[in-house]
Amino acid sequence: MNSAKPPAYIIENLTKVYKTRTVLDVNYLEVRAGEILAIVGPSGSGKSTLLRLLNFLEPPSSGQITYGQEVFGPERSVSLAARRSVTTVSQRPILLDRSVRANVEFGLRLRGQRDRDGQVRDALQRVGLAALEGQHARTLSGGEAQRVALARALVVHPGALLLDEPTANLDPYNVGVIEESIRALNSERGTTMVLVTHNIFQARRLADRVALILDGKIVEQAETEAFFEKPADSRSKAFIRGEMVY
Amino acid sequence: MLDLLKSALGNSDLAEIVWLSLRVSGIALVFATVVGIPIGSALGLGRFVGRRLLVALMYTGMGFPPVVIGLFVYLLLSRSGPLGGLNSPLVPNLFTPGAMVLAQSIIAFPLVAGFTMAAVMGVDAGLRQQVRSLGATDWQTTVTVLLEAKVGVIVAVIAGFGGIISEVGAVMLVGGNIEGRTRVLTTAIVLETRQGNFEMALALGAILLAITFVVNVLMLRLQGKAFTE
Repeated sequence: MNSAKPPAYIIENLTKVYKTRTVLDVNYLEVRAGEILAIVGPSGSGKSTLLRLLNFLEPPSSGQITYGQEVFGPERSVSLAARRSVTTVSQRPILLDRSVRANVEFGLRLRGQRDRDGQVRDALQRVGLAALEGQHARTLSGGEAQRVALARALVVHPGALLLDEPTANLDPYNVGVIEESIRALNSERGTTMVLVTHNIFQARRLADRVALILDGKIVEQAETEAFFEKPADSRSKAFIRGEMVY
Repeated sequence: MLDLLKSALGNSDLAEIVWLSLRVSGIALVFATVVGIPIGSALGLGRFVGRRLLVALMYTGMGFPPVVIGLFVYLLLSRSGPLGGLNSPLVPNLFTPGAMVLAQSIIAFPLVAGFTMAAVMGVDAGLRQQVRSLGATDWQTTVTVLLEAKVGVIVAVIAGFGGIISEVGAVMLVGGNIEGRTRVLTTAIVLETRQGNFEMALALGAILLAITFVVNVLMLRLQGKAFTE
């Protein structure tokens, strides 16, 4: 990915404190437009919190996130248009108690879009579930539900797609389908993606750059090749080797 | 009993009583629903100072004796009361269907709001976050959560209806059980029982049960697939 591209996000002096516990403390991080940035780190390191802030779902305690022309901070919210250009696929796909089709078109309905048929069909085809359009979401397997969640996110053509452990606990076939969809979406539409994962192999397969987060802090960020082949920080080396890091 | 039911059903006074019962409870339920569902949703989904106190008050209201609410409305609407003295066209007079609607609205409101609150609180918090992440406004998020909690919200309305159609104390106090004006099924049953017309009272009771049953079946149909699955 071309590093000269302008950043989609600029994160500066960002903290998130719950009661007295600081769960996120990022001095500076850029997410370049059109790249896949993998955020890796152990459980509880602040990865999902960072995604919630990037999706403007909760305000930071201090610092700011610049997204395009807009700034998100403790006292500053972003416009609905900016909020609607970012969406998240979470680890646990929570679908509405409706049909697959109704779930996928939900974001389009929120935006008041008509002529949804073609877009819904295209999104379901991308995740290989066109045949299940009329089925009720409750009847899907875990892997199918996650693919519907991905279709529901990509149908709205987000400028930034946030992926929170999107393939955790899925079988290899579903992991393959989802990774392929992510790759295709990124290359065809140039969608900026932030992928949170503790699967370093997945990060290596998909990401243009990788950042390691430990205890809420970014320890190291680098191009994928450099991160895995020549990690600068000893904790990155240990994490890549699969050792426990703190 | 069957003959009595037949003769009761053929009685034009009875038709008036049934119609007034449905009208008073129906209008009160509409008021309680229009106010109760938004307030129940706000209490279930919102986080604000004083929420715990409001929830405690709501639960208290759910168990409040209707006759005490009737007394409260009676005192409010009596000539020397704070509202009765206003002589405003917006304030109903005592011993009118309007006063009965007011009392029943107050009885049904905490039931509708309380059960709605419980229903929306039962919806996965992750779903709300997911819906917002997909670009929903606050209003769209609330409507989506209410639709997901549809079964519980309809139960809230059913509970509100059940609480007022069968209620006697408050309507007796503020309505006065005046023949042709404020007599409803429950107060008519009390009157017939006091006069020793037990069969007629039972026949009226059967009609009340039948009405409640039909209304509840109609409401259950609104729950749709969620109920039949």
